[in-house]
Amino acid sequence: MTGPSPLLEVEGLVKHFPVRAHPLAALSPRAVRRVVHAVDDVSFTVDPGETLGLVGESGCGKTTTGRLVLRAIEPTRGRIVFEGEDITALPASRLLPFRRKAQIVFQDPYSSLNPRMTVGAMVGEPLRTHRIARGAEAAARVRELLDMVGLSAEYAQRYPHELSGGQRQRVGIARALAAGPRLVVADEAVSALDVSVRAQILNLLVDLRERLGLAYLFVSHDLGVIRFVSHRVAVMYLGRLAEVAPADELFKQPLHPYTQALLAAIPAVGDGTTSIFDNPARLLEGELPNPIDLPRGCRFASRCPHRMAHCDEVEPALREAAPGHAVACHLYTEGGTT
Amino acid sequence: MARPLGADDRPFDADGLVVPPAGPGEAIGSGVAFARWWRRFARNPGAVFGLIVFLTMVAMAVFAPLIAPFDPIAQGVGKPLEGPSLAHWAGTDSFGRDITSRIIYGARVALIVGIVSVFLAMVIGVTLGLISGYYGGLVDVVIMRVMDGLFAFPIIILAIAMMAVMGFGVRNVIIAVAVGFIAPFARVTRGDVLAVKEEPYIEAARLGGVRSLTIIFRHVLPNVLAPIIVQGALRVSGAIITESGLSFLGLGPPPPTPAWGRMIAEGQTFIVMAPHIATIPGIALMVAIVALNLLGDGLRDTLDPRMRR
Amino acid sequence: MAPTDAEPVLDVRGLTVEFSSEGGVLRAVDDVSFQVGRGEIVGLVGESGAGKSLTSEAILRLIRCPPGRVTGEVWFRGKNLLTLDEGALAEIRGKDIAMIFQNPGASLNPVFRVGDQMLEAMAVHLPEPRAALRERVTEILGRVGIPSPRARARDYPHQFSGGMAQRVMIGMGISCVPSLLIADEPTTALDVTIQAQVLALIRRLAREMGVAVLLVSHDLGIISQMCHRVLVMYAGRVVEAASVASVFRAPAHPYTRGLIDCLPRLDGNGRLGAIAGTMPGLAALPAGCRFHPRCPIAEPRCGVETPALRPLRAGHLAACHLAEAS
Repeated sequence: MTGPSPLLEVEGLVKHFPVRAHPLAALSPRAVRRVVHAVDDVSFTVDPGETLGLVGESGCGKTTTGRLVLRAIEPTRGRIVFEGEDITALPASRLLPFRRKAQIVFQDPYSSLNPRMTVGAMVGEPLRTHRIARGAEAAARVRELLDMVGLSAEYAQRYPHELSGGQRQRVGIARALAAGPRLVVADEAVSALDVSVRAQILNLLVDLRERLGLAYLFVSHDLGVIRFVSHRVAVMYLGRLAEVAPADELFKQPLHPYTQALLAAIPAVGDGTTSIFDNPARLLEGELPNPIDLPRGCRFASRCPHRMAHCDEVEPALREAAPGHAVACHLYTEGGTT
Repeated sequence: MARPLGADDRPFDADGLVVPPAGPGEAIGSGVAFARWWRRFARNPGAVFGLIVFLTMVAMAVFAPLIAPFDPIAQGVGKPLEGPSLAHWAGTDSFGRDITSRIIYGARVALIVGIVSVFLAMVIGVTLGLISGYYGGLVDVVIMRVMDGLFAFPIIILAIAMMAVMGFGVRNVIIAVAVGFIAPFARVTRGDVLAVKEEPYIEAARLGGVRSLTIIFRHVLPNVLAPIIVQGALRVSGAIITESGLSFLGLGPPPPTPAWGRMIAEGQTFIVMAPHIATIPGIALMVAIVALNLLGDGLRDTLDPRMRR
Repeated sequence: MAPTDAEPVLDVRGLTVEFSSEGGVLRAVDDVSFQVGRGEIVGLVGESGAGKSLTSEAILRLIRCPPGRVTGEVWFRGKNLLTLDEGALAEIRGKDIAMIFQNPGASLNPVFRVGDQMLEAMAVHLPEPRAALRERVTEILGRVGIPSPRARARDYPHQFSGGMAQRVMIGMGISCVPSLLIADEPTTALDVTIQAQVLALIRRLAREMGVAVLLVSHDLGIISQMCHRVLVMYAGRVVEAASVASVFRAPAHPYTRGLIDCLPRLDGNGRLGAIAGTMPGLAALPAGCRFHPRCPIAEPRCGVETPALRPLRAGHLAACHLAEAS
């Protein structure tokens, strides 16, 4: 890929959470240390100004990936390179410059704001932390930020409980933008909002992206939202990437059977004559396997309508099936039917 | 399976939002929030009674020289062992001292010891609880084990032991009582800190690059303050009881400083022929304790967010 | 397309729910009327605060009065549920009317095995011997798609995933063959693929067993794929009521149109339509049409006169002064 060097490069990211074994079981000589394979060998890049949508169902590892990228939790293995610098193992004391350039917007507007701090104090804190501005200058910048997210200056004196969900989310966005980041991780940033408010915030996020040249790592389970906001989309399943492609292409021509099933299961607004729910053949059967005791081959095999013998043996690697379109499925590597 | 609605009387405000109770910072800082908090507080008659009594005690302590009819340590201002009369509302003790004046000055000792020792315990205990709860790990284990050790001692025994080492006097009483109360503050604080530190807004601060100490005092502390203040109010009564117990045993402020506990002790000998000498300080003590507990309960009901469910 | 009998299973007339509060009386549900026929799926859609959940709870008298107050009529198989005595109501609840909530975990007792809970629920209403009921439990669990039902009946609720637990709830709900199923946001907490399974099951219940379904949701996509008829609620009132086909083809009320425009589409980009402002709180309802402060086509009349829910064309009602009849 030509063009500017990527803003964020993630290579072979792995996160395993230890499973706390039953105390008695730990005494057994055959005790095996079990782990939850939350994120297993994930690699991707995000270019400056690009929005990469990270989509998947619960337990797929998208939220954990977002947290890993920000070093909110420590990776078990892998590399995170931001603006050309390897930040994977930087000690906390040296992370401050990174923290200024990479920020987060949380899902829950109700618990992501400190109930005992005013809006102005919260939005202005990054200015103090990174020594960007103080006193009157800081207050002016806070007003600017509030204006940028569509809140009038008087909101600076309010407390979070006086605000609606949408307003709180705007405050969260203003706080994230205060220090002038280049990358914002949006962790289900609109999932807890009502439909009409969600639309407002999505429009706001897109506007801000244009104005400020922000890159987003947009984590969501909602494919409609992902479609709207992303340039490229990465689909995750049980800790691994199933498919990565430009947004348009993913939705028009999904290659991975999981992506296809996901798209088929979304209740889009129809014309009321037929229902996708009357056609169970296209819907996915079964449940997700246990992320602790994973099957040997492809993690999706147990539910895949195109399952082959090979799928139970070997885990497929993420490979490019078309320009810019990568998929982890044996159907596309063994010359199987497309 | 049924979920009854309207189970708590949560008020709706202009945006249709449910308004949670104001925290101490807002209650004091913002006029409207304070008015709202006061309305809720005032609905509890016990709490209001407690507040009145507390304020009366404070007034007594502060204006003692102006209110007390006699000099509390002056002997022979009246005939000794006289019961309540018009001249001496609470009677006189065996030295002919006016008991009313001694009660009024006794409030000073009680309040000073009560408030200062609790304040001291709060500052130290809360700091330990904050550090222990936020950092966890070895620091947490060590601090909590020390607290457990302190907890094991009844406060009175602890106080006696300390005073045996340090000697008598109001200052030492304060220190002894304070030490006894550090552990409960540390434990209450730590519990709330453990909960608060998992909240997204704390993670937001961490990811914003804010230093740990700043997070502890600027973000965590205001959110754990409410139960601490409630604890403080409730502990004052405990501190006063402890002080009274100590002075009853003769370990409190030395004579002739009036202290309710010692007044009770002195009145023991005369319990049959002049019961008022012991009883009246006893009643004063009882009223003070009950009032402070009611005040503490009232504060808890209005400030502690957990009780609102 | 929707099978209808002459007599609706559920007939709600003028349902109103009020709460007394510090600021006066708040009307959370205002004069809601609709019917659900046999095998029909009717949707109540709206954002939070619109009153849709309260409506479904009011129907089953799950709202504590006082401070609530419920008026109107709710006719179910010839009886008015709002005036029925507690005993008769308890008989109907769980047997003839089943209800499933958003969070299945909250409705299952964690200390009892799932099969036992289902058994107890059925034993209340069905006179059969316990051995026979156990068989029914196994049969129902199988019917709702739980693998190895006999073994799973001996599991505890925490051993079920969200989707499975919701199916258990549906199983419990249909165990006594109800005439009406009220589902309040049944899949909000579930993944998309699991949601599809659960909703397909509900569709099947309506189609094959003739269960009348009242589906409450904020998700227009679900509503459009699941329901035959839909009622759009805003600030406690019904602003539009029509068949799904009619509503999505030609929405008459500006709020409905706005809501549809808000949805990110899977086949295109462009700016999302958005509705300015937020839904008013109950204590600060605007005069006249409750939507008019946010309405792009509001006229002066809209702030004065509250529009009534009027029929525009066959089966399509809207509460808007400016909706055109055709």
